[in-house]
This record gives sequence, C-alpha cells and structure tokens, in this order.
Amino acid sequence: MPSLGATYGRGAATLAQWDLANSDFILVMGSNMAENHPIAFRFVMHAKEKGATVVHADPRFTRTSALADIHAPLRAGTDIAFLGGIIRYILENDLWFKEYAMEYTNIATIISPDYQGPDELDGVFSGWDEDSKSYVLDSWQYEGMKVPSSLAEHHATTTESFDETSKSTSEGPPPQDRTLQHPNCVYQIMKRHYARYTPEMVERVTGCRADTFLKVCEAMTRNSGRDRTGAICYAVGWTHHSTGVQMIRGAGIIQALLGNVGRPGGGVLALRGHTSIQGSTDIPTLYDMLPGYLQQPHAYRKHKDFDQYLETEQTPTGWWHNFPKYAVSLLKAWYGDHAAKSNGFGYEWLPKIVGDHSQLPMTMAMRDGVIRGMFFLGQNPAIGGSNSKLVQAGLAKLDWMVVRDCADTETASFWKDGHLVRDGDMRPEDIGTEVFLMPGSLAGEKDGTFTNTHRLLQWHDKVVDGPGESQSELWFIYHLGLRLKDLYAGSEKERDKPMLNLTWTYPEMGPDRDPSAEAVLKEINGYTWADRKQLTGISDIKDDGSTACGCWIYSGVFPQDDHNQSRSRRADGPEGPGTHLGWGFAWPENRRTLCNRASADPEGKPWSEKKRLIWWDEENESWTGHDSVDFPKDKAPGFDPDWSSHPTGMDALDGRSPYIMIADGKAALFAPSGMKDGPLPAHYEPLESPVHNAVYPRQSNPVAKRWEEPDNQLAKPGDPRFPYAFTTYRLTEHHSGGTPTRSVPVTAELQPEGFAEIPTELARELGIGNTDWIVISTLRGEIETRALVTDRMQPFRLAEGRVVHQVGMPWHFGWKGYATGDVANVLTSVVGDPNTSMHENKALVCNVRPGRLTRGAPTRGDG
Amino acid sequence: MKRIRSRSLSDRIGSFVRDWSVPRQIAGQSSATKAAESSLSRGLRPRLEEADTVGTNICPYCAVGCSQLMYAKNGRVIHVEGDPRSPINQGTLCPKGAATLGLMTMPDRLDKVLYRAPHSDQWEEKPMDWAMDRIAHLTKRTRDETFVHKLPDGTIVNHTLGVGSLGGATLDNEENYLIKKLFSGGLGMVWIENQARV
Ligand code: SF4
Repeated sequence: MPSLGATYGRGAATLAQWDLANSDFILVMGSNMAENHPIAFRFVMHAKEKGATVVHADPRFTRTSALADIHAPLRAGTDIAFLGGIIRYILENDLWFKEYAMEYTNIATIISPDYQGPDELDGVFSGWDEDSKSYVLDSWQYEGMKVPSSLAEHHATTTESFDETSKSTSEGPPPQDRTLQHPNCVYQIMKRHYARYTPEMVERVTGCRADTFLKVCEAMTRNSGRDRTGAICYAVGWTHHSTGVQMIRGAGIIQALLGNVGRPGGGVLALRGHTSIQGSTDIPTLYDMLPGYLQQPHAYRKHKDFDQYLETEQTPTGWWHNFPKYAVSLLKAWYGDHAAKSNGFGYEWLPKIVGDHSQLPMTMAMRDGVIRGMFFLGQNPAIGGSNSKLVQAGLAKLDWMVVRDCADTETASFWKDGHLVRDGDMRPEDIGTEVFLMPGSLAGEKDGTFTNTHRLLQWHDKVVDGPGESQSELWFIYHLGLRLKDLYAGSEKERDKPMLNLTWTYPEMGPDRDPSAEAVLKEINGYTWADRKQLTGISDIKDDGSTACGCWIYSGVFPQDDHNQSRSRRADGPEGPGTHLGWGFAWPENRRTLCNRASADPEGKPWSEKKRLIWWDEENESWTGHDSVDFPKDKAPGFDPDWSSHPTGMDALDGRSPYIMIADGKAALFAPSGMKDGPLPAHYEPLESPVHNAVYPRQSNPVAKRWEEPDNQLAKPGDPRFPYAFTTYRLTEHHSGGTPTRSVPVTAELQPEGFAEIPTELARELGIGNTDWIVISTLRGEIETRALVTDRMQPFRLAEGRVVHQVGMPWHFGWKGYATGDVANVLTSVVGDPNTSMHENKALVCNVRPGRLTRGAPTRGDG
Repeated sequence: MKRIRSRSLSDRIGSFVRDWSVPRQIAGQSSATKAAESSLSRGLRPRLEEADTVGTNICPYCAVGCSQLMYAKNGRVIHVEGDPRSPINQGTLCPKGAATLGLMTMPDRLDKVLYRAPHSDQWEEKPMDWAMDRIAHLTKRTRDETFVHKLPDGTIVNHTLGVGSLGGATLDNEENYLIKKLFSGGLGMVWIENQARV
C-alpha cells in the first residue's frame, strides 16, 4: 500500500482492529465492513455503544450503512471529490489539530517554486510529460532539497540538473515557514488545491447531497483533538480504482491534519481480504519487492551492482538509512556461505525486473506467449482476474501450468468447460496446455503463521493430516527445490549459480518429509551466521555478513531457539491496557499502533488522560507506556539534530518526528516523492465513466495504466451504448474467487446463486422484475444473471439534473461448486492504478437488458 | 431416514408433561441448566467430549485473523469453533469462519493429483512423484530456454520471463518465503504475483 507508505512511512494499518472500540468517530469508506469483515465490525459497534459517531460513505446501502449513524451515498469512483471536500472544510474552517500537525506533519514545509497544481495546469501537475505520459518530480520536491521516498522505490524520478543543485536531507532541516504565509508552503498549496472542492462541487460530482456531506465533516472534526480521536476504515472499495492510491492518500491527509494517527482509537485501518494478504505483501510473492519492502533490483535503475544498489536505496536520513543491514542479511539468508563481501553478497544472482510484471501485464504476457509455464498457488484468476475471457485465452497459450488448490477451480478446468469452449471459440483438442491439478492442504492440516490485517502474526497448529495426497505449499516448494537442485547439480554455467548456491536445508519431519515451518520462521526472524543464535530483534541485524535474516521487519518473532512469539496466546484481562502485547507478534517489534510517538504531545506528555498510549518518562529518560514504542526509546522530545555534523539516519530526526520511516520524520501531507500521479490527491473520473470530469478538464488519471487492444477496449466517457455505472463487490458468505465457499455446502446454501442488484427505478424503466434474467454487457463481454431489484441501489442525481443509475454485482461466482453464477470479471477490463497496477473493477460502465444470452453469439465490440 | 415408531396418545402426553420446561422453571429450576433437560437431551453428549486432540487455528478466510479451536478425533477434524481467548473474535466467528469444518471436509475436496495432457479432453489420475518430477523437468526446461543472463547493453539481469507464479495471500508466511526464495532467488523468475492487487 504505497499510499500509506508515502504518507506515514509504512504501507500497513496504523492501528489494531480492537482499538476501534476506543474511537469517537469512525468513517467506513471503500468498505462494506459489516458484511466483509464482520468480526472486526464488532469493535465499530462497541465504539458506537460508547457514543461514537459512525459514518458509512458508499455507493450502496448495505448492512454497514444500516448500522451507521449517517450513510453518505456517492457514485462509485468519486471518493477523492468527497475526501477533497473534507480537506477543504477542515482548512477553510481552521479545524485542523494545530499542535499536532505543525510538529508532526510537513504542513509548514516550503515546496519548490516551480510547483504548480492541476488547478493551474488544466488538470495535470507540474512536471507532466505528455510523450512519456509520466511526471518528472523536480517541482514536487522541497525547495532546494531532494527528498527520498520511504517506499521500496526510494529515489524520486528527478532530472540530473536538479540532482546536482539540490541538497540532501542530511545537510539541514527542510525549509519551513511556521507562519504558514509562504505561498508555496504545504498549507497554502493545499488551500489553493482544494479550494474548488466545495460542498456544491462534492454534490455535483459524487451525487451525495451537500447537507449530508456537511454532516459528515462536522461529526468528523468535532471528534478529533486532544480528547477525541477518529479512525477511517477502508478496503478494496478504495484500492480497486485507477485513482485508488490517491483515495487512500486522501484519508491519510485528513487523519494527519486532524491529529488522529498514532493515537488510541485513531488512524487508518486497511481491511484486507485474504487471511495472510498482509503477510504475502510483507514477505512478498510480488514482483517488485524483496522481503521487508526492499526494492527488487531493476535493470533500468541505478542497481547495476550491490554498491550502486545500496547507494540508490539507502536514504541519507530516517530509519531507511539502515537499508544495507537488511539487504545484506537477506542475501546471507538466501546464499549463505556463497554470499561474501567480495561478491556483493551474491547480489548479482537476484533477478532484475525490467518493467511492470504484476498481474495485469502478466495476463497480457500469457496471451502473447511470453510466459510459457505458470504456477497458480491458491489463486483462481479465471474468476478473480480482470477481463476473464482474456485471462482464459492466456491460459490456452501456455505450455504448462500447475494449479494447487483444495478443489478443482475454473482456472484448472478452463480447457474443459471455460468460456473459450462454451462460446465455441476453441475445442479442448485445440488447447495444448499441459495441466497439473494438485491437492493443497489447509490451515489445520499444516502449521505456520498468517499475518492479519493489522500486522499481527499468529501461528496455527497442524491438528490433522490433509486428505489423501494433499500437501502444503511448503512441502511442494521445498521438494520442487530439492528436485531442481538435483537437476542443476554439477552445472558450471554462470546462470545456474543462483539455483546451486541457494541455501535449502530445512529439517524434515514425518514419512512425507515435511519441511519444518518453525525452521523457516527462524530463518525469517534471523540468526547469527557463525553460531546460529536467534536474533532478538531488528537492532541485532548487521551489514557485515555476520547475520542472516529473511525478513527484517519480522525480526523478533522468534527471538530465542525455544520462543516462538507468534504462538503466544496471552490476551490482556479486562483491567489490562488492551494492547494485548502477549497475543501473537505484530511487526515491527511487536508495536500495535504505528507512529505511536504521536500519542504524546511535542513535549512527550499524553495529549490527554483519556488518550494515553506512550509518553516520555523524564526520570528514566526513556519512552514508556502501554505499547511497544515505535521510536528510539531514549530519544528525548527536545532533541534537535546537530546539522553541522551532517547527521545521517535517525540522528537527523528531531525528538518530535513520529514518522521514523520518512526521511524527515514528518507525515507527508504533500508527498514530494513516492507517488507517480501527483503529490496531492485530485479527482479524476474512472477510466470508464458515464460523465465528464466536473473538477478538471482532464477526464481521467493521466498516468493510469492502459492496455487498450481489440480484446480489451474501453468505452469513451458518456458512451450512450453503456449508460449505467457498474460496480462489483463481495458477500459475507463467499470468499474471493469462490473456491473455498461455493463448494462448501453450508456457505453455498446461504448464497446459492449469482445475481446483480439494480435500482427499482431502472428496473421499471427497462421492464425488469425481481429475479428476472438480465444480460449485462460491456465492451469486453456479456454475462447473464438474475436481477435483484432493490432500493438499496439509489440513482445519483448529478449536475444539470443528470441521473446516473448504478448496477452492482458480486464477483465470486463461476461454474464450479454448488453455488454458481456467471463471471462478473468477463465484464471488467485490464487497466490499472499507476502506482500499484491495481485494476478498476469498482467503477466501469455497462448496459442492461432483460432476457438471456444466446451462447455463441458475438459478444465483443458490437455494443 | 429412520421411521419414528408411533406411540400411544397417553404415552405422548405423559412424556410431553415430563419434558415440559415451564412447570419446572416455576418450581425454581434454572432455564439454562436443570429445567432445560428433556428425555432427548439427557441422551446427548457434547461432540467435543470425544475429541482426542485440540489445536489453535487461525481462520483461513479473511484477514481479520479470528482464532479458532480445532478438535479432532482419530486424525479427523470433528469440530471448529471460535477461540474465546482471542482479543479479536472473543469466541465468535462469521458465516465463513464457521464453515471451516465444512471447507476441510467438503465433498469436492481434492485428494489426488489430476493431470490433463495437451489436447486431451479429460483429467487422469497420476502419482505425486511422477507429477513432481515432471513439473521440475518442465520448470527447468522453460527456464533454460528463456533465461537471460545479460541484456544487450551488458547489464546482468539473471532472469527468466518465461515462467510465472500467481498466488500467496491464502498461504502461510513460511510458504510465501520459500516461494519467493526459490522462484526469485533461485530460478530468477520475475513474474511473481499474488492476490494483493485483486
Ligand atoms: S471468522 Fe469471518 S471475520 Fe473472522 S477471520 Fe474468518 S472470515 Fe474473517
């Protein structure tokens, strides 16, 4: 989550779910929390019982809305207009938390005189290059200073002439005007930028009535300050947009302005979907990162050799100055004795990426025959991938594929009963893909850890063996690795060195020779190379090759040979502080609330008795409190760097810098680097929208990723053939691609069949009755499903009396299992957010007609 | 279904009166314990009593991270319930979490390796060892055919664009770690992705 990363320094939830019970205000937006994270929603209800105001801003009226105090309906994809409106309200009415934001954010910092916003430049920021469709970031930087990003990709894309004249963050404090009068200080820039996001504009763009919107603003600002805190919860209702990262940035800015972050009951809670999706981001099965948010080496960046890589990625100031320790220790864990200082610790063996290798371009690369072999490990892209037919066409191009899951999936069986075969485009005989479908085991049949949505690692036990020949992924990968090592044994080729030098010894257990998950977790935690002693935490990690550590942010989870903290199950009693430090392990260093230095005022005292979390203990000269401290323990609040010594790392951060992963220690209201589409969130319409952008002359995010091809076309704004907004969502009873629920009798019975929700008014217009068959079409394809006619979907009344109807459809369904239905992702397209390559399945346009599909009919491009 | 033996009317009235909870509640018995008993309930035993093993599990569905207690008997799971100790779920589970036992024991649960040969129109069963050998062989072959050591400009890239991997968000941290280690650090694959972007 680069948005929170760029704003607060770490791309993860800032608070624990249970801490929501301490909130005075909760905004749920981009999430239907009551239905999709039901157990976490209990804490929202606890807060409400204690008097908190709960707001749900969402295109649909759901159970979350029913339980909220205010439901603010808004058209899908217009969240930045709404959030921008809140920012304007806070600034215009002077309701920001000044003591907090002046010290802990970059609000007083002066930005380059060359900066210009989209209000001045017809909808783009300064630095726009129309040819390359990208930004050069010189003009977004602090005046005369180059600010590295706290994201894996640390450097900003600046021009060389800028690099030469700018000074580094260790040469002095950022330029500031604490009177906030300087026209290019962040405060003034934000005021200008958000001036046009008036309540009237919010209503015009989002369809949410101005009085409802103002009620939200009023409740939100009333509930922040010394005594009160508010939280914002979001899920994929924000991330699944071509502007998704900037939506979350909007929330990040609001929470920093209101002084909510790092405090009890305050912050931003990212509600993530899969059980260990946070874990698989921290230890990324992702293309662009190495474990612990280290950058995957890139062929076209200054990553030629290890020295250059370190020089590029190590920030002069802030916590990331420690980067070399983490990189060296990772290489040591992977290449062991073969990793030495003399060979750059084997850096060269790491593959370099050459561009975007994420799921969307992966889809294209399969279709184009670039990728020839695929592993699908518990993922079902025929249902979950955008533009399902294109995905299936890609599967048919592969030489071979391995699917590992607990049941047959649509992906595994695409050659048999998928769309290609069904629509008569191909017969199984025409499909040359060799397919292996292998039984995977589930939690309970294997042991290991999951990392939940609030960074908490919890161990699960192996209680039974999985059925038949099922095995864990740990078993599969370990034994595949052993076989490959055998196949490559004796090779003298340079290219085979990484495979041969990879450390791959893990204790085996039982007749199936299961590798020990504990041993793997111990390697992730890290140990001293020479005598294999477990590292006690992050501060033990060294850059000289004496320590091996598989993922630095997890260090401390297994601090002693016989102490696995993720297994610990000691919750606080009713009288305890409620941070539950004895339950599992939260990265980093068991900190439950990130940036919790901010729970104390600049002098180190709690903002109020009620909102105590950690504070400065004058007597012992140390930070103390109810949570593990996310700050150097002995750095006094009054500490100021000695700039004459060119301080580096944490020495360059003063005692009032809670955001330690950021180069200047302050929350980035204005993000000088790290974002590819602007330093401040600006409203752009979804790539497919029924209307024109009312805020700027630019219709959509100019940097958004597009792959417009005949099998992946986009409708033009306002295309009369596709007059309705279309959004996708999830149900309580089903899980993502559906394999683990549609085949389970109890959940299948609860939600037995696919459907689409359509507004009553539209249904009447089109002559559609409840449960009638309907056909929904986009430029990518057509599907048939049952209509659920409901007032929960309200039409939006926008500017000039324009009414926009919206259709919503759960995307879990497919043709396997007991609960079946057509595939929503046949309708969606391969397009992406510029920062994350996240798709935009929450906001597109469609047409609806009563009736059923005639299979085999042309389905594309003929509207 | 077993046929229920028909009983005489007086028998039925008699047992109804004996089992009727209200008079016993009026007589002071607790509705939660003694007065709740009936001739049927007296014969019931808690399922958990038969368990020979209990373990701590974490819900396999969403990222809330609810804890579960998993009970097994003779190597088979017989019951899964919310762990009352957990500060996250305090013993509760949502409809998905409550379906965990159903997931583990679902009729369609895959328990052997299925193989589809190129151009075939059917699945066939194959031994695990054979499949593992074949997959290792194919992985090596595709990697070797597509591996790039250096770009034309001399930059060492040590990668293959020919093999990819998708998935990980449903898996353990330890599994993701070995996947990334082998696929990226060993084989040089760069198309490695999971559900984080869907
Ligand atoms: S029980 Fe429900 S809310 Fe809890 S982790 Fe499982 S799916 Fe999520």
